[in-house]
Amino acid sequence: MRGKILHAIGLTAIVVFTLFPFVWMVMASFKTQSDILASPPVWFFTPTLQNYVDIFADTKVSGAIVNSLIVATLSTLLSVVLGTPAAFALARYDFRGKSDLWFWFISNRMTSPIVLALPVYLLAMYANLLDTHLVLILIYLTFNIPIVVWIVTDQFKSIPPDLEQAARLDGADQFTIFRKIYLPLGAPGIAVSAIFSFIFSWNELLYALVLTRRNVQTAPVVATSFMSGYELPWGKIMATGTVIVLPVTIFALIVSRHMVRGLTMGATK
Amino acid sequence: MSEAMRAAPTKPNRGYGRWTPLWFLAPAVLTLFLIGIYPTIFALVTSFRRYNITRPREGFPFVGFENYVSVLTDSTFWSSLLLTAKFYVTVLPIQVVLGLIIALLLHKPGMGLLKSLARVTLVVPLATTYAVVGLIGRLIFNRDFGVANQFLSFAGFGPVDWLSTPGGAFAAIVIMDVWQWTPFCALIFLAGLSMVPGEIEEAARLETSSKLALLRHVQLPYLLPGLTAVMILRSADVLKLFDMVFVMTRGGPGSATDLISIYIQRVGFRIFDLGTASAQAILLLIITIVISRLYIRLLYREVQ
Repeated sequence: MRGKILHAIGLTAIVVFTLFPFVWMVMASFKTQSDILASPPVWFFTPTLQNYVDIFADTKVSGAIVNSLIVATLSTLLSVVLGTPAAFALARYDFRGKSDLWFWFISNRMTSPIVLALPVYLLAMYANLLDTHLVLILIYLTFNIPIVVWIVTDQFKSIPPDLEQAARLDGADQFTIFRKIYLPLGAPGIAVSAIFSFIFSWNELLYALVLTRRNVQTAPVVATSFMSGYELPWGKIMATGTVIVLPVTIFALIVSRHMVRGLTMGATK
Repeated sequence: MSEAMRAAPTKPNRGYGRWTPLWFLAPAVLTLFLIGIYPTIFALVTSFRRYNITRPREGFPFVGFENYVSVLTDSTFWSSLLLTAKFYVTVLPIQVVLGLIIALLLHKPGMGLLKSLARVTLVVPLATTYAVVGLIGRLIFNRDFGVANQFLSFAGFGPVDWLSTPGGAFAAIVIMDVWQWTPFCALIFLAGLSMVPGEIEEAARLETSSKLALLRHVQLPYLLPGLTAVMILRSADVLKLFDMVFVMTRGGPGSATDLISIYIQRVGFRIFDLGTASAQAILLLIITIVISRLYIRLLYREVQ
């Protein structure tokens, strides 16, 4: 009995620990400025929707969310289009340099964005691509293609080879096999990898901070930009934060079973 | 099974030509080459030049290893690397211990509904936009109206000026990192625990009532690969860590939270000394490649 109570307390503590900062942000987004600035902090207050009204009236915030949507969606689509054929090759063929290729993909997971941010900034400046959606969409492929490749490779490997044998006897070429057998059967893995790409692109700050100016600022950049000057608009900041985090949290809950795979590149299953 | 069928995978008639894999790989590889390798080479070239874009008149002359010499003799660079190491050795044990406790609680039988709830909520910190974690940190650790100081006052302590004292700021980013990444460790350990064959675990439970003995002799071997993964991935993540710290402290006060990615960003995009910053980035890349090699060596044996 005592063990059971302790277990319940422990599990409750986990829930409180993981949710508290998130809930505190959401609570603050419904507070008036004076409730937020109250010292000590207030836990019970009359909620207001004013902060949300303010941020959706602010074209800067809504524009940034649209920018984030454009960049994250297109980068995700592109990485699926480019990544799934590569995953097919890695899952089904043996060739020289395969392990080097794996190594390269995995290094991309490890590398600090600052390493690429410096040269890409200069290259984009010379190519007049600073402050465009295109440059962000392309640079996000550096982490999106690897995630698609390794999750989808895994999925493709689990497709029984017998299916392929049968199709081959019917005279199907490799591309047909890829399109007619692997794409449909691998769809769940492709969907999971697309969700991960979207989450990572949506959350990214460093590249967006460095490579954009006024026109293409993404949501995290705008949320961060509120953080200067006196008398910070805390309610608006927290409402913006909530609006940014909510969609990716929902996505993450959908793929929660695959979270570890997505974050470790499949080393532990 | 006939001889022919057993040998099938290695027979020349595989249904595809020698160059078939290339056609499937080419789009991804070419793209990554263009957006990953080419800029890296450009950074390498830049790292051998004097490259300050606020002074374009002077041109960007090649200066040999000058940038590398100045980086390697720059005490700020070293202290920033050292600080990053200090951050790593501070957060890692906390995350591993808390993560293990959480994993054990989630692995323990019973409490179905509450357990599923706890399991699902672990995903929330992991998905939270890193920059927003920084914003939340600014709110929670505010000296005047932050809830962290309210908790301290419940425990009978006076208020702490978190974000404007060196120790306080470092502690604050540690706490936020622990919040965000402990679930990651927990999920990896949980996956390890679920690999222990059920019969073995039950037999061991009958034999000993000591949880610690069970952990050490039965579960530990299944936890070790996960621990290796956590140690390596977290080290790469800490070298990458930028968003949350940038939003919370910008590396300050002074250089109290000036982790390596923050420092390089400042040299490159505040001082605009891109030659030096590129040299620093290349050095960081070398460290990262060593770490990735280690990761592959230890965890991807089957691929090799």
